Amino acid sequence: MKKYSLYILLPAFIVISILAMVNEIRKGHTLYHEEWAHAGVVAHSPEEYPAVFDFDPLAGLQTNAGEIHLPPPPLQKETWPCSQCHDKDTSNPERRVLSAAHEEIVLKHDEEHRWCLDCHDFADRDKLHLASGEKVSFEESYRLCGQCHGPTYRDWRLGIHGRRTGYWNGSKSYLLCVHCHSPHEPKFKPLTPLPPPLRPEFLRGQDSAKETQ
Amino acid sequence: MSDLNNRNLKPAAADSEPGMPRRDFLKAAAGTLATLALSGCTKEAIEAFLQKHFQELSPEELKTVVARLERECQEKQGVKVSISTKAAAPGVLFGAGLDLSRCIGCRRCVYGCVKENNLSRNHQIQWIRVLEQEKAKGVNLEDANPYYDPKEVPREGYFYIPVSCQHCRRPPCVKVCPVKATWSEPDGIVVVDYNWCIGCRCCMSACPYGARHFNWGTPSVPSKHLNPRMHYFGNRPRPRGVVEKCTFCIQRTREGRYPACVEACPVGARKFGNLLDRKSEIRQIMERKRVFVLKAELNTQPTFYYFYSL
Amino acid sequence: MNKVTFRELLRFGFYALRYMFTGGPAYYLWLAFLVALALWGGLAYREQLTQGLVATNMRDQVSWAFYVGNFTFLVGVAAAAIILIIPAYVYDWKPIKEVAIMGEILAISALVMCMLFVLADLGQPEMVWHMIPSVGKLNFPASLLAWDVVVLNLYFLLNLVIVVYLLYCTYQQRPYNKYFVVPLILLSIPLAISIHTVTAFIYNGMAARPFWNASILAPRFLASAMCSGPAILLILFQILRHTTRFEIKDEALWKIAEIMAYAMFINLFLQGAEVFKEVYSSSEHVVHFNYLFVGLGHHRSLVPYGWGAVICSLLAFGLFIIPATRRHPVTLNLGCLLIYIGVYIEKGMGLVIPGLTPDALGEIYEYVPTMTEVRIGVACFSIGFLVYTFLTKLAVAITLGDFNRNMVAAGDRRGRPIPRPSTPD
Repeated sequence: MKKYSLYILLPAFIVISILAMVNEIRKGHTLYHEEWAHAGVVAHSPEEYPAVFDFDPLAGLQTNAGEIHLPPPPLQKETWPCSQCHDKDTSNPERRVLSAAHEEIVLKHDEEHRWCLDCHDFADRDKLHLASGEKVSFEESYRLCGQCHGPTYRDWRLGIHGRRTGYWNGSKSYLLCVHCHSPHEPKFKPLTPLPPPLRPEFLRGQDSAKETQ
Repeated sequence: MSDLNNRNLKPAAADSEPGMPRRDFLKAAAGTLATLALSGCTKEAIEAFLQKHFQELSPEELKTVVARLERECQEKQGVKVSISTKAAAPGVLFGAGLDLSRCIGCRRCVYGCVKENNLSRNHQIQWIRVLEQEKAKGVNLEDANPYYDPKEVPREGYFYIPVSCQHCRRPPCVKVCPVKATWSEPDGIVVVDYNWCIGCRCCMSACPYGARHFNWGTPSVPSKHLNPRMHYFGNRPRPRGVVEKCTFCIQRTREGRYPACVEACPVGARKFGNLLDRKSEIRQIMERKRVFVLKAELNTQPTFYYFYSL
Repeated sequence: MNKVTFRELLRFGFYALRYMFTGGPAYYLWLAFLVALALWGGLAYREQLTQGLVATNMRDQVSWAFYVGNFTFLVGVAAAAIILIIPAYVYDWKPIKEVAIMGEILAISALVMCMLFVLADLGQPEMVWHMIPSVGKLNFPASLLAWDVVVLNLYFLLNLVIVVYLLYCTYQQRPYNKYFVVPLILLSIPLAISIHTVTAFIYNGMAARPFWNASILAPRFLASAMCSGPAILLILFQILRHTTRFEIKDEALWKIAEIMAYAMFINLFLQGAEVFKEVYSSSEHVVHFNYLFVGLGHHRSLVPYGWGAVICSLLAFGLFIIPATRRHPVTLNLGCLLIYIGVYIEKGMGLVIPGLTPDALGEIYEYVPTMTEVRIGVACFSIGFLVYTFLTKLAVAITLGDFNRNMVAAGDRRGRPIPRPSTPD
């Protein structure tokens, strides 16, 4: 008995190890952050979202000479130029709820204190005006925004705020404030996120992962 | 190292550069062995097998190597590609910024990066990982979630931290590589020589940011989606079994352009520039905002700065 | 006459090879079994070569796992040869000196397995030539893996030279040159310590992984190596005693068991010290310990192993510290197996997996090896066992005087290589 203890213990040990190993391999995974267990099961690629990447970052950049390119303001053909409708002397400068036109515009931009003509010029409808009364074009609307949003305006000019494309050491395209922030409702609109990464459990494909599940 | 964008499609001449007899002998010996071992393999495969470390290639050898790599890619994908070897410009140290008060976690940067850098689509690799965190908990990676998938972002009560290679000034991954297949370029980009990497994955264990990714399977990109403008250290096709990582879009940034993630970001949260230039965007951020780096206690000294603009 | 000529050595090698393949049916069966296992695993390796490492369950989150865990454990086994060398050559204790060569053979086989496991783990195995100094570009001294390559190969060569030289001398029936071999043997002591220290430092040096980044890691590695290697040796010695005429005194086994008890005490003490530091200070680093010992949320697959290892080690320590139980063959063997299990978990995957889980960004990926990985592991082990079997068979025969130049000459004259195969092994 003493002499052959090894021949009992050793096989027992081997059997236990094999059983443990087999058990582990068959058990499968528990997914991390299981509230999103449906996500990250298949691999997605950028080609599924052509609209997202349908832009030319170098558009409008003529040279690599360091110029700043500002795209035109996002004015709509139906309403621009404003003077095509607002050319009558019958305009009403009173603050009121609009009913005849522009009902769709709901001002959510310090609306308690302001209304249209605080920014849009009454006399020249195709212009905006600063607090000083100086008229500015829609192309320069950032000067108007900058009156209240001083630090952000400064950051934007320095390239800290806002998206820039082009060359880090040369010509760049900026965006105007209004390209991202509707002046009437400036909060950045939520976006649908692109899909999460593939979970490591599914790298070999969904089927192989199912086998272990 | 000069820009080798002008492609040299001449077939590679037999190795007969003078001046390095020991290497030549070893090369010949190894070549014979390789021929024996891989009998049936093409000359190209043997050349690839015996390719020298990038930093030891003479300009002519580099030209040959690049021509071979371009040819290989063209044969495999049917797309004419150009692989640049443009070196770092003097007086440049790249730095990136990420505005945590702007990032909304939309993952546009992740997929923009995949597209630009020819990241494997079937065995998915993504160089950027966006983590969702509860505002109530602050920056705490242990509670981060990369698999969030709501209808819309940002989710109420959460903020987002995209993490990719931090391009450390003291990169722990470089130190541990047993074969010097990865190093810091003079402009601060931590690069990998895909043809020298042996796939031991030491660097992946050493990286505190999970920034290094391994080609577990054979990477693949559909030919029609292949970005043909490539760099040796960047988005050229990678072999299976090597490590890859963010290169600050080396094929773009060495040409003066912004990285793809910067341009894809819809909220302008990503910033990029030359840390040695006081007027650059990244330096302006450091002058005017308070910045922080991830895991500063590890003293890796990243050139990737997170900040809050609000 | 006393000079070792290349020709003679070649001839010795030839006869030795021939001898290794001669034996009884049991021996052939054993060899066939090992070869079959190696082939079974070899096929899995071919699969891994065609698919890439995606055939494993390693991922970016857990980038080292089964292979590296086994490698780490086996480095410990290899280092443990010094537990025989020190009493044998430093203290000149006869009962162990007679069997010291078995420890060196175990070291050689363990190192073969180490190298196989590393090779299996590489993404580009054909590029290993990049590691050869001056041909490739070894990142020495910055990379600890480079140190490991150097130290492991030196230790391997040293043991190979010592074993072959000692066997060759006995085969030639002449005394060995003390001035040649004793310095080498003494040199193997610091090298054995350094292979394990350097392997520990590979992990230790990674500030990104707090579970490994503890200065106590290298001493713990050494202490556990002093347990696991001898545990295997004790079992192998008993098998040798049963299957061959090779005599191993009980005192030698008991002495080894005694040394193991002390090593195990140090190992448990160091482990306890580390657990205290982590759990009491309970910094963010404790998360890895928690993963191993209590689980994180519903991720608890490592918990039974974490506790299993601790319980096995404690039980074994109890069995080995009491002289009566470490001398009784049943409890001795039980203790050896418990230590083996304990250290295999603790220094294998119990070190690698919790170190990488959760990963650097806090993600939890529960790693479980695939069948491919297990098969390749089996192949590595069976090749190691083959090496051990061959070398042991030779060593036993030469030590017992069953195989020497006179017999070979006689055998040659009679047309049969080996007379009297005394070792069914």
